[in-house]
Amino acid sequence: MHELSITELSRRLRGGGLTSVELTRHYLERIERLDPALNAFVTVAAEAALEAAARADARLARGEGGPLTGIPIAHKDIFCTQGLRTSCGSRMLERFIAPYDATLVERLAAAGAVVLGKTNMDEFAMGSSNETSFYGPVKNPWDLDRVPGGSSGGSAAAVAARLCAAATGTDTGGSIRQPAALCGITGIKPTYGRVSRWGMIAFASSLDQAGPMTRSAEDAALLLQAMAGFDPRDSTSAEEPVPDYAAQLGTDIAGLRIGLPREYFGDGLDPGVAASIHGAIREYERLGAQVVDISLPNSPLSVPVYYVVAPAECSSNLARFDGVRYGHRCEAPRDLEDLYKRSRAEGFGPEVKRRIMIGTYVLSAGYYDAYYLKAQQIRHLISDDFRRAFEQVDVIMGPTSPTTAFPLGAKLDDPVAMYLNDIYTIATNLAGLPGISIPVAPVDGMPVGLQIIGDYFQEGRLLNLAHRLQQATDWHLAAPPGLA
Amino acid sequence: MSLNRADVEKIAHLARLALPEPETERYAVDLSSILGLVEAMSAVDTGGVTPMAHPLHMVQRLRPDEPTEPDQRALFQSIAPLTEDGLYLVPRVIE
Repeated sequence: MHELSITELSRRLRGGGLTSVELTRHYLERIERLDPALNAFVTVAAEAALEAAARADARLARGEGGPLTGIPIAHKDIFCTQGLRTSCGSRMLERFIAPYDATLVERLAAAGAVVLGKTNMDEFAMGSSNETSFYGPVKNPWDLDRVPGGSSGGSAAAVAARLCAAATGTDTGGSIRQPAALCGITGIKPTYGRVSRWGMIAFASSLDQAGPMTRSAEDAALLLQAMAGFDPRDSTSAEEPVPDYAAQLGTDIAGLRIGLPREYFGDGLDPGVAASIHGAIREYERLGAQVVDISLPNSPLSVPVYYVVAPAECSSNLARFDGVRYGHRCEAPRDLEDLYKRSRAEGFGPEVKRRIMIGTYVLSAGYYDAYYLKAQQIRHLISDDFRRAFEQVDVIMGPTSPTTAFPLGAKLDDPVAMYLNDIYTIATNLAGLPGISIPVAPVDGMPVGLQIIGDYFQEGRLLNLAHRLQQATDWHLAAPPGLA
Repeated sequence: MSLNRADVEKIAHLARLALPEPETERYAVDLSSILGLVEAMSAVDTGGVTPMAHPLHMVQRLRPDEPTEPDQRALFQSIAPLTEDGLYLVPRVIE
């Protein structure tokens, strides 16, 4: 049952002899049995899920609902869920119960999706290995000694291990695409502003974007359809109409121009990963696409720029956690300053503190021009590189991550080594462009992700390209061994 | 750019983070290495380049200045660490 696509599950839920309560029980049983080894879930909401499933069954029995009605999913623990704890992977929010639902949560609930629980993540989405979570690291379902990637590592592991039909994630510098690549699933980061950020705990507001994490592009199209759209409560929400993504699947790609940026195939890229990516690109050539060599000359600067812009925004966003209105508060504060300082020191882990301090430093008097202003200028140059590239090509392809999943602990003590994992994903966030990662041929039994970057609001084209490859190959159907 | 322990103490104060003495040295090393990574920016000529304020160059959307939310003080204070009579309690600020 857990190998079926959402489309097939939906068909069976509508008179195919399957109920959402049965399907939900099946996933809850898998979570109970398999998750202790993975730690993908921070909170499981069994009772509420079964109630929602019963409501979905009633809707379906009346002939109502859509393709997601009765489908069990999981939310990254960064999305506020009314009445269900939202920890954001942090001790700071260990007991935080949001008084409202995020727009994305509201929309998926309205579509009839059943929420199984909340998935583990790097603390405040700051990390590329899911090891900075206060609730312990998530293990990669393909090899329990390796990381699942981050920051949406719990969602990626849960989808890969078939603990839910789909999950939500967020991507500030690669946090949907990189864990999707490392766990062998499909993950799309939409254009900045495509999905509402309202009720999604902010990390870096000019980069954050939510998206679906699924086992196929077809499933991702259904999820994104429900998630995307204008939201007046998010002041950066895009007022663009949402196309019918499922209708775009199956569009012919003959003559489509694929740009391969030479900067994405240079030093630092694992040769096995490179071979796997080239293999997938040859499939696209067989399907009629043309390959064009391109250059994104400023892309090597994306990591340095990101580690100014993202920490600057994070230091300001996380100033709200002061121990006064909600979140962790220290014992017996001597005075207000002591209350702030100790509540924050106790509530945040080391990676969050590093980023808050870097952000505070680059925004402090005398350093602003040299760091923040300079970074925003180079960000413009990075964005211009993409603009010029899209005058020559329709999409850009390359690896999502330079290597397959690395062992737990391998990069934990070296923040810069950890940051360089996101070398191919960060530039799209800086430019605000959409990107998808899909599984291609594995290397030594570990998944590899192909990244496809599109122009603004070209999510439909990315999903179609991903779908075309998934129709022609079966890489996306591979399941981690030992998790039947 | 290399930061020493005194720099870290100053930054931690600005960020309102209490760092125990033994941790400052570790943060000085980590923050210096991150700033070392960022240093690559200084080689780029950005003369005349406009800083990018928004990925889609959108301007801030405004709405009429009318209340859109009901009063939910009791609900919001139900998750606060310490309240009394509808007020958030903090240590005494004015003697």
